[in-house]
Amino acid sequence: MSEDLIRLTAAELADHLASGEVSSVEATQASLDRIHAVDGEVHAFLHVADKAALATAAEVDRRRAAGEELPSLAGVPIAVKDVMTTKDMPTTSGSKILEGWVPPYDATVVEHLRNHDMVLLGKTNMDEFAMGSSTEYSAYGPTHNPWDLDRIPGGSGGGSAAAVAAFEAPLATGSDTGGSIRFPAHVTGTVGVKPTYGQVSRWGAIALASSLDQMGPVARTVLDTALLHDVIKGHDPKDSTSINREWPSFADAVRQADLSGVRVGVIRQLTGEGFQAGVRARFNEAVTLLTKAGADVVEVDCPHIGSAVAAYYLILPAEASSNLARFDGVRYGRRVMPETGPETVENMMAATREAGFGPEVKRRIILGTYALSAGYYDQFYGQAQKVRTLIQRDFDAAFSQVDVLVSPTGPTTAFKLGAKVNDPLAMYLNDVATIPANLAGIPGMSVPMGRADEDGLPVGLQVLAPAMHDERLYTVAAVVERELTAAWGKPLLGFAPELKEASK
Amino acid sequence: MSSLTMPFEKALELFEPVMGFEVHVELNTATKMFSWAPNEYGDEPNTNVTPLCLGLPGTLPVVNKQAVTSSIRLGLALGCHIAESCRFARKHYFYPDLPKAYQISQFDEPIASEGHVEIELETGEVFQIPIERAHMEEDAGKLTHLGGSGRIQGATASLVDYNRAGVPLVEIVTKPIEGTGALAPQVAREYVSTIRDMVKALGISDARMDQGSIRCDANISLRPRGATKLGTRTETKNINSLKSVERAIRYEIQRQAAILAAGGSIMQETRNWHEDSGRTTAGRPKSDADDYRYMPEPDLVPILTSRERVAELAQTVPESPVLRRRRLKQEWGFTELEFRDVVNGGLVDVVEHTVEAGASPAAARKWWTGEITRVANERGVEVETLQVTPADVAGLEALIEAGTITDRIARQVLAGVLDGEGTPQQVVDARQLAVVSDDSALLEAIDSALSSQPDVLAKIQSGKVQAAGAIIGAVMKAMHGQADAKRVRELILERASQS
Repeated sequence: MSEDLIRLTAAELADHLASGEVSSVEATQASLDRIHAVDGEVHAFLHVADKAALATAAEVDRRRAAGEELPSLAGVPIAVKDVMTTKDMPTTSGSKILEGWVPPYDATVVEHLRNHDMVLLGKTNMDEFAMGSSTEYSAYGPTHNPWDLDRIPGGSGGGSAAAVAAFEAPLATGSDTGGSIRFPAHVTGTVGVKPTYGQVSRWGAIALASSLDQMGPVARTVLDTALLHDVIKGHDPKDSTSINREWPSFADAVRQADLSGVRVGVIRQLTGEGFQAGVRARFNEAVTLLTKAGADVVEVDCPHIGSAVAAYYLILPAEASSNLARFDGVRYGRRVMPETGPETVENMMAATREAGFGPEVKRRIILGTYALSAGYYDQFYGQAQKVRTLIQRDFDAAFSQVDVLVSPTGPTTAFKLGAKVNDPLAMYLNDVATIPANLAGIPGMSVPMGRADEDGLPVGLQVLAPAMHDERLYTVAAVVERELTAAWGKPLLGFAPELKEASK
Repeated sequence: MSSLTMPFEKALELFEPVMGFEVHVELNTATKMFSWAPNEYGDEPNTNVTPLCLGLPGTLPVVNKQAVTSSIRLGLALGCHIAESCRFARKHYFYPDLPKAYQISQFDEPIASEGHVEIELETGEVFQIPIERAHMEEDAGKLTHLGGSGRIQGATASLVDYNRAGVPLVEIVTKPIEGTGALAPQVAREYVSTIRDMVKALGISDARMDQGSIRCDANISLRPRGATKLGTRTETKNINSLKSVERAIRYEIQRQAAILAAGGSIMQETRNWHEDSGRTTAGRPKSDADDYRYMPEPDLVPILTSRERVAELAQTVPESPVLRRRRLKQEWGFTELEFRDVVNGGLVDVVEHTVEAGASPAAARKWWTGEITRVANERGVEVETLQVTPADVAGLEALIEAGTITDRIARQVLAGVLDGEGTPQQVVDARQLAVVSDDSALLEAIDSALSSQPDVLAKIQSGKVQAAGAIIGAVMKAMHGQADAKRVRELILERASQS
């Protein structure tokens, strides 16, 4: 039963819980067993909250037995990216500088999960402060891709994607600043959505780049992603950039998906050169599939997208250098006294930051500090903001012609651990297709579109929609998933190799 | 460290001072600038804090609307243009009292800009102080250095109180103030005094320099008479009273003049004012190239202010301190000196309220600048912290006019009020201080005094009326002072003529 339970989708599990066939304690225990069996090799989790999870599950079961009406995902287990504060679990954002820190407050996303009586299994691994595309920059060691443990699971949210792909949890949360939800989904054969900027609260999400960060759902199916998205979206007065409006049900968008008459644009600048052959092949098939399903597909130009990575790597480090300045050892987290020299507060701050931050974080802090320096601001940060505006205009123009845009989510399949860790530029280019959506504030999704012929590894289709129209992502992705799953005879993850379970 | 100074008059013969001020006003909003933490002065350290005030990761600022309203009203009182749209910016530096390692402030888009403030010196001279901008920002926490001199240098440890971190501030920045000559110290003092009166009248701040709710950084530079190029400036901090503003400017003029006259050059630096020694000492070097790496605050959206809103708030701006003072001085009929006492004592408001409560302006002035100020000085506190209201003073005066108490008794009544015994009437009742107006009681005392001093009676009867003073004294003593001396005198003379 345990083995079957972990393979249920969140939607199926929710139905079983509602009907009483399965208890939340059983489902939670199954997830915990799976974590203890496989996470030694996958390393998706930084913290597992067995006791608290089972206590929550038991409470949900008790209330359900008492006849209480519960939210639809009540009792469903979920993993939380360690970027989000949780008042009963350590929160490190993948950094040593926050090792052991237990926040006194919950992120709004986490509050939503608790209010929906979901069971928090633990915290998932990530690149330090969400800086990376492979989870190799986690201060606590990399996460391994369940498809091939020698390969990266993407990043920064490799922990959440791997947890879902390895059936350790049906659902997980993520944060996406330049592709941290979508790129891991692409390389692990899972689904992930970066919502419209301002749709999901950033309160309690440890900031990387405030104007780019957006929290979102991670799951194995499009419907599950929508169900979680429906739980976490909504206005939050504690986040001034939060949008105050009513949003449609994304789960309904999945259930009613129909592509007839939908105009789909293929972004010319995100095909061809720089994309692995197997990625291109699956993408071309996906486009054909969309046409067959009734969509009108055209090619569109986004001429400034080629400058997106350059602009992003000025804006992101600038904001990150500012957001990470607070980690100074004075009030919380790690404090390191200087080994030499007088024990002044300045020397303590320097020693703390020297010991507490990893190399990629230091690299970006230095880049950002430089970009914001007097005399360089206009040349770098100012110029990058102008490029950002041009990219937004590109999207405005494109969306005046089409309803959604599509591209491959990433240029390659999962690469080997260590392959790019010393080549920052190569690492940064993994996000070439995902970064533009963050610069423009528009929603984006990655949904599996098959496996590359050359290595058999999963690849994802990226769908982009105009700001405020996240439901369109679900319409397109639901059809793609339905058609492809039918063609394959099973979900893509069914092709993943079985993970060796450690003896229980 | 050179502490040579040049005589002030000599310095002014050689040099022309140019000043500039940054005045920080703490707003008296219920909560902080970007957080729901209470904005309270003097509470137990680190109790008025939220995760935001401590800069915990994941926290986000939300703008306090009341603070924006107060800032706009202050901007209007300063004659400024109010921005239709303005943004916050992050100003970065590492310091333990700055929880996020950046201060949320405004940089290239202040909420108010381009205004002026009219000030009037004691001598009647009027100056227009040009205002460059007024912008919103948050305060930092408060450091207490243990050991050493109480400064960070040489301290063994430092404690941080984040209660003040995030308290809303408006920083008012002047343009260079030229052409004041030898009046520079008075202009400086009057400018800060005018800002204080302005924010008091607006009701947007406690306006207490001693508690730091108004803080003044004074920039000053000297240039040779006739030169146009500005000299190198210093920025004097830690000025805690109006008197210090004047003294600090005077001292810096004398200090800089001595250095320049000796062929030296001025260091561009901050200087700390020392109230006790009346000197400034070097702080930290400050260059125009200080790099705060300003960037637009991405966690906040722009503040939009419609013209209708500005017009609506303009209705709530009271008359300017200078106009108000001119009007009150005339209405009250005070001499220059009398009015100056009231202004310098920060007593304009209480005197005005006392007059409104029914006292004569002269009486109101007499009580507030006299006995009440004396008690405040004696107790080493500000007048406004004393437990006496304008209504009390008016009530006290009414009791005197009604003949219920005498001037002398009135002081005892005031003491009772100050000790929290209630209103003047309640004190009079409780302490039984009402004047004895029953003639029979007075006559009894007079007869007793006259019979014990027959020689005095004889003198009075022989026409030496002033001899009655001795009897009056005895009667007043017998009545414990609770008699009207004038009536006693009348009765004595009556008695003397009868016997």
